[in-house]
Amino acid sequence: MPCTVSMTVNGKAVSREVEERTLLVTFLRDQLGLTGTHVGCDTSQCGACVVHIDGRSVKSCTMLAAQADGAAVTTIEGLAAADGTLHPMQAAFREHHGLQCGFCTPGMVMSAVDLVTANPSPSEHEVREGLEGNICRCTGYHNIVKAVMAGAEAMQGGTLKAAAE
Amino acid sequence: MYAFTYHRPKSVADAVALQGRFEDPKLLGGGQTLLPTLKQRLARPSDLIDLGQIPELQGIREEAGGLTVGAFTRHAQVAHSDVVQRVIPALASLAEGIGDRQVRNMGTLGGSICNADPSADYPAAVVALKATVRTDRREIAGDDFFTGMFETALEPGEIVTAVHFQTPDKAAYAKFRNPASRYAIVGVFVAVFGSEVRVAVTGAGPSVFRADDMEATLAQDFRADALNGASVSADGLNADIHASADYRAHLVRVMARRAVEACG
Repeated sequence: MPCTVSMTVNGKAVSREVEERTLLVTFLRDQLGLTGTHVGCDTSQCGACVVHIDGRSVKSCTMLAAQADGAAVTTIEGLAAADGTLHPMQAAFREHHGLQCGFCTPGMVMSAVDLVTANPSPSEHEVREGLEGNICRCTGYHNIVKAVMAGAEAMQGGTLKAAAE
Repeated sequence: MYAFTYHRPKSVADAVALQGRFEDPKLLGGGQTLLPTLKQRLARPSDLIDLGQIPELQGIREEAGGLTVGAFTRHAQVAHSDVVQRVIPALASLAEGIGDRQVRNMGTLGGSICNADPSADYPAAVVALKATVRTDRREIAGDDFFTGMFETALEPGEIVTAVHFQTPDKAAYAKFRNPASRYAIVGVFVAVFGSEVRVAVTGAGPSVFRADDMEATLAQDFRADALNGASVSADGLNADIHASADYRAHLVRVMARRAVEACG
């Protein structure tokens, strides 16, 4: 049976009729065309689908669109400024080459922003623990951690550290 | 996922009433187990009743010698609660070790204990901390709540509203986790109340249980080394690709030792 869900996505109010069993990630990708949120494992393990619900990172493959009714959702598309200026965490991933194939990157960035918002100056260990819910199948973790550390500093108002090489 | 009808009641009374109206309803907490189950078509409820918008199921309160945690309190809220960290830090630390950050942001206390996964963390706290499980119709002692693998003392249609945990003199939880799922291969919660010591073991058996011999030993001599001679029988313990029953029995003693050490 269809139901109507209404929420704010990246600052814009949206309302759509969906089947009740529709997952949030399906809603974002297929109904709203926001394909930056990826489906990796589809079993709540890999974290490619991480988005923010009212500021908290969640796996959108393990949430119904109906559960997000009334919530403020932020996807990777909503991080950069309106003029296209990258969010400091996105800029840090680019500068430190925190990606290889890039498939896990949207989820990594969304998890990293949530992590740093809760803990503005994480240690390397805390970053690695904080990203437990995100898997990089290229195993490119080393640069991802460097990027998150640099992004954390930049989010604090510091300048973005250049990559070592 | 098979089709279902979705409901979002605003009160426990409405949720109870809704359940009575349908053939095969299921309650939805944070959904971190139920939704993957539905996605694999392992269950086919006619109706999903989402408990996420019911104010009386939310919140953490300090009361009567302990803490009362609403059933819909998410793991991250327990982990980061100032009150929990102050009153029963071992409970906050247990919650911080569940799953990953995203799972903790969704999963709920009520969902975890009602699912009664043999490897879940919370059952160990419910039993060790002499908890009382409050439902829409009665109170159930923590010792009586878990009755078997994925089985509880709840009646059909009964809804858990909160869990009251008693404040121990000291307590700690140690777990040997599965590195992929972060479920407990074995988790041991040790709590001290005056001269009473409670040792609750999760992950090892079909359901959480108390290690009676260890409790008696620790009541006499509360030191990790006192457990050197203690052992748990491997009979009836879980065995799977992650750990044999013998290895789980071994881990119970190791985790109990670590928990005692962490009690300080």
